[in-house]
Amino acid sequence: MEIWRLPISASQRGKLISAGYTTLSSLSSISSSDLARESKVSESEALDILKFASHSHSGGSEMSSGNCSIFEGAQNAWDMLHEEESLVHITTSSADLDNILGGGIHCKEVTEIGGVPGIGKTQLGIQIAVNVQIPHGFGGLGGKAIYIDTEGSFMVERALQIAEACIGDMSEYNRFIRKDFQACEIRMQPKDILGNIFYFRICSYTEQIALINYLDKFISEHKDVKVVVVDSVTFHFRQDFDDMALRTRVLSGMALKLMKLAKKFSLAVVLLNQVTTKHTEGSFQLALALGDSWSHTCTNRIVLYWNGNERYAYIDKSPSLRSASAAYSVTPRGIRNSSSSCKRIRMM
Amino acid sequence: MANKMISEIPLPKSIANVFAARNISTAKDALSLTEFELMELLDVGLTEVRSALSQISEIVAPPYQTALSLMEQRFQNEHLGGHFPTGLKGLDAALCGGIPFGVLTELVGPAGIGKTQFCLKLSLLASLPTNYGGLDGRVIYIDVESKFSSRRLLEIGLRSFPEIFQMKEMAQEMAGRIFVLRPSSLSEFTQSLQQIKVSLLQNQVKMLVIDSMAALVSGEHEQGVRRQQTLSWHISFIKSLAEFSRIPVVVTNQVRSQSHDEASQYSFQEYLSCAAQSRDGIVETPTRYDSHLVAALGIHWAHAVTTRLVLEAKSGQRFIKVAKSPISPPLAFPFHITSSGISLLSDEGMELMGPEINSIHCQGHNEIINFRMESLV
Repeated sequence: MEIWRLPISASQRGKLISAGYTTLSSLSSISSSDLARESKVSESEALDILKFASHSHSGGSEMSSGNCSIFEGAQNAWDMLHEEESLVHITTSSADLDNILGGGIHCKEVTEIGGVPGIGKTQLGIQIAVNVQIPHGFGGLGGKAIYIDTEGSFMVERALQIAEACIGDMSEYNRFIRKDFQACEIRMQPKDILGNIFYFRICSYTEQIALINYLDKFISEHKDVKVVVVDSVTFHFRQDFDDMALRTRVLSGMALKLMKLAKKFSLAVVLLNQVTTKHTEGSFQLALALGDSWSHTCTNRIVLYWNGNERYAYIDKSPSLRSASAAYSVTPRGIRNSSSSCKRIRMM
Repeated sequence: MANKMISEIPLPKSIANVFAARNISTAKDALSLTEFELMELLDVGLTEVRSALSQISEIVAPPYQTALSLMEQRFQNEHLGGHFPTGLKGLDAALCGGIPFGVLTELVGPAGIGKTQFCLKLSLLASLPTNYGGLDGRVIYIDVESKFSSRRLLEIGLRSFPEIFQMKEMAQEMAGRIFVLRPSSLSEFTQSLQQIKVSLLQNQVKMLVIDSMAALVSGEHEQGVRRQQTLSWHISFIKSLAEFSRIPVVVTNQVRSQSHDEASQYSFQEYLSCAAQSRDGIVETPTRYDSHLVAALGIHWAHAVTTRLVLEAKSGQRFIKVAKSPISPPLAFPFHITSSGISLLSDEGMELMGPEINSIHCQGHNEIINFRMESLV
């Protein structure tokens, strides 16, 4: 009888047993007021009993800081702050863009990036898939990437170009800054970078759902995957569905699984989205596809757009970053800072 | 893979029976429902639903490949690593070898600019043997507007590759590889597409040309958004056809005038410009392309094509611009049409900034048409 193990008085124990609570599990899902009423103890006593019961039930193994948590499975904000600060971000290779992103693409979060055709979504996706592999010595994650291609826009030659440029940049950095540190020599070759990108080609929304379900097992077997890029998440959901309500449910289910993946394996999820026209306030405007309910599901949302002759990125939604836009450019070496002299970061 | 039968997937007998009893026979049916819906429908617990779904997902999910093995595979098995050279040196260099296999390449431009001429040249090139830069295979040319001229095709062949086309049997052989379909309605087109998919590989079809995509819907009496939705099945089908057969697919598109209530901005762009205006006193003009022509078929189509080549005329000179490409910077090449087809006037492309690459001009065009007619006679 597990009740004996609880550090409560004999009379309290006797009252619990006569009310029928003999095991710890029976105490796990009851509220303190119900317990007080049924076993005829006072509210505060009932609270104490439940605290002891939950503490010995979980064994206190989940708490990272050592002190027992009041709510099982929850983490307090202070501990979370330490965790968040220690997470490395994935750089986009454009310092301005990294700036407004707070360092880069965040791990443990789902970031949605959308824009008109030709603005550079796939380019950014490929750049992120390459940059996640930057070794720890250069401030990167040293991880692998999963690239889920739903439209066939992934070009290996472009990925090779970007990989070569990335290694070129790392060598430059080595030469200028780390002159004395021979240890961090670059042994990576562009082909190695390509070898660390796991490429999946999806041809229907069924395959997309199946793959996202399967990713849990896949990433458990390939623990160094640190980013999942889906290019684009929209394509197969724009045409095959007649039942819009079903589409919304399926999409939210998918978003939830991706969020869980991000949190469980501490990786970043980047979803590329397309653009559609929306009729609001009497005029047609551009908006990201998949509807209003989808726009709630992602943690962060970045919109890429044209402003004059420049490409800009705008933080449309983020829990921790302020709305700002920054210019970037697509060069033969990949995504880089915009070369225009009159660029400015505009804060809202 | 999506239509895999549940019965073929090794699930525990009990749950397989329940799936069958509830009429969920394909993987698609099972995966389209949320976990909760499946629990209610099948009356089983969450853990069983989850394990069944994970088994189904594992089987239906496509296999992976590293980008490296993808590249090696393409370079080993495919012609020039998966590119079809157009014969226009500057363009081929920009596109890393030529028109990519397995994806849609769009040619868009105003009437009479040379889209069909380009398609004729490409069809001819594709039929040639590989030592002449061709794909040595058959070409399917879907000619919606009845613009295909076999006389012009043979003229191009004669002028560009006289050593082959001067011999009647060889000319016959090459021209015999190009199959022209003339669907008179959208439904006929749909049927033709389905037939093509079935017989593509065994008939050694190496390229598909659709001239033009926009003409298919202009006949149907629907406007705007409905018109785009009409084509959405076809877009998806053609893409998957290109994908699994790994052939280049070239599609032409028309232009239309931009209507005034055309969506050109996001909602936050107004905020940003107002904020800048009130703070700095700078007035930012909304991003509007100065030409009044845009590609037809809408934004959904624009997302679906991988490479967009814009053909336009500016101040009497024709340009072919790489407006959207995963690999090429935004370059414009001047070109002209001769008796041997399209040829570039310069292999060095001009790099264009900003959304200018997407705009479609039609200036000084009429003179060129007359000029061309005269030169062909």
